[in-house]
Amino acid sequence: MLAVQRSAVVPDPVSVPSNAPEHCPGTESELAGKADACNGCANQEICASNTPKGPDPALPFIRDRMSTVKHKILVLSGKGGVGKSTFTAQLGWAFAADEQLQTGVMDVDICGPSIPTIFGVASEQVHSSSSGWSPVYVQDNLGIMSVGFMLPSSREAVMWRGPKKNGLIAQFLKDVDWGDLDYLVIDTPPGTSDEHLSVVQYLKESGIDGAVLVTTPQEVSLQDVRREIDFCRKVGIRVLGLVENMSGFVCPGCKTESQIFRPTTGGAERLAKETGIQLLGKVPLDPRIGKSADYGVSFLDEYPDSPASDAYLNIIDKIKKILGGDSAM
Amino acid sequence: MAVQETPVSRRLKSVKHIIIVCSGKGGVGKSSVSTQLALSLHASSPSARVGVLDVDLTGPSIPRMLGLDGHGVHQSSDGWVPVYADALGDGEPRLACMSVGFLLKKKGDSVVWRGPKKNAMIRQFLSDVRWGELDYLVVDTPPGTSDEHLSLIEHLAPVHSRLSAVIVTTPQAVALLDAMKCLSFTRAVALPVLGLIENMSGYVCPCCGDVSNVFSTGGGAEMARREGVPFLGSMPIDTELVTLLDAAESTDLSPADGQRDEDSEVRSFGVLQRYQKTSSAKLLSAIVENLISTLPSVEHASVSSSA
Repeated sequence: MLAVQRSAVVPDPVSVPSNAPEHCPGTESELAGKADACNGCANQEICASNTPKGPDPALPFIRDRMSTVKHKILVLSGKGGVGKSTFTAQLGWAFAADEQLQTGVMDVDICGPSIPTIFGVASEQVHSSSSGWSPVYVQDNLGIMSVGFMLPSSREAVMWRGPKKNGLIAQFLKDVDWGDLDYLVIDTPPGTSDEHLSVVQYLKESGIDGAVLVTTPQEVSLQDVRREIDFCRKVGIRVLGLVENMSGFVCPGCKTESQIFRPTTGGAERLAKETGIQLLGKVPLDPRIGKSADYGVSFLDEYPDSPASDAYLNIIDKIKKILGGDSAM
Repeated sequence: MAVQETPVSRRLKSVKHIIIVCSGKGGVGKSSVSTQLALSLHASSPSARVGVLDVDLTGPSIPRMLGLDGHGVHQSSDGWVPVYADALGDGEPRLACMSVGFLLKKKGDSVVWRGPKKNAMIRQFLSDVRWGELDYLVVDTPPGTSDEHLSLIEHLAPVHSRLSAVIVTTPQAVALLDAMKCLSFTRAVALPVLGLIENMSGYVCPCCGDVSNVFSTGGGAEMARREGVPFLGSMPIDTELVTLLDAAESTDLSPADGQRDEDSEVRSFGVLQRYQKTSSAKLLSAIVENLISTLPSVEHASVSSSA
């Protein structure tokens, strides 16, 4: 019966009801209840009535949990494989190099979590206590949380649709016992979809300091980053800056630098100029970066003399300065 | 086996083979492999008709790679008309392409969609595009194993006997881990795997000719052997190809509309010609030859095992 169906719908702001029609504009959209597709939908009245939909019950818990986190940084990039996770990891290691600081790294890439491998803790498990899930600690002051820790086997695929992913992200934000954190770095999957919207929505109240956008010099990647900038603008997140990764390659044999991914349209530099976003730096491609990630060791500690390490540290200094400048104000 | 008729199956009735290109990880070269597969299949016979469907909704790269940036999709009474990459060639165009990139007003626009909307878009792509007769439909997917993939498999269920997948990976451990997830996904949905391609395996220094393994090497072959999946081959990083697929248009940002269309058409036609001259083309045409010969048996095996 329709009446029964109607009362069973929980007004969850981040999901589309299961009995919604295919072209459901989403319960939060301005068109909710008014679009063509809504005709005949059991929930049309609820959507069209325009009554404020109750806030997500998880929100107050998230706000509580996040009140002890000073800075929250998102690492984004429209395209996959440009080095988001690697950059997140370097950022994590670098923040944690200061023993006075507590750092957390959260991996919301649910279908392809690489953070556990990059930090060398792939086989660890998450423990739960009365105060929530304990992150996995790589160092005393560096905690990590990833869906990778919860899978029975690293070979299994996580085949989840949006709402289930959102549920897990909410749980990560409200149930992980981070304790007092100076920095929480959030690694995201490629694209601009469920995971990104959820993180942004859940953290809106507690505030996100900003996003770092990672790209490679190619136009295909820059295209996706433009979309990501557009996304940040739409949802109101500040862009801290751009990082150009895989920018040039130094041959270990003859030490000449060549461009594997040629910046055919001016690379991140031109994009930064066009959009007025700061270019934080360029990281050259060093085969040892990938290797360090595979073995789960800190590239910055292992190869401090690499030009890539310099580049990373410069960028991280800039990020710290941007964030530090904020808190002083 | 009684197959239910759906708009998707009706539309795809005239498509002989559907090849899904996937990889767990992003940026390993799915789109570039899809493009190359399409180009090589297109070149494999003078009459082969190929379609490319880009279901990476939030980060479509196929239009750029085929040099079709800035084109729009036209409506016809019989559905959406795909964009033809070889429209300027002599003879009938036979490389069709469809992507969400053609539907965006500005290329910087972001598509911020949650699952249900993506699902609807994919269904529309599958049921409303006027592909016509196709020998091969190459489907480029986004990274991961989530909404897009599940929707794709769901909607393609009526034509399951013509489906197969190619998995792309790089030799790094992190990518292999995700490729493994992708492989277990194909098993979970009973999608036959044509094989594994190891991309970005090695880079030849243009100065001294030394091969450096930027992302290590050999991981793909090893994984294929362990999992009993055919290994299709490894593709080294080919800067010529990277530049070709990425190439800048001279009139980049806001040229007069008519002029841009002409320019990019000339360029896209150039992609077809110039691709055959790259060293990757030779490697890939060998892979494609191999694929064409194994396609029927792989698809057949899946039919008999599911029957």
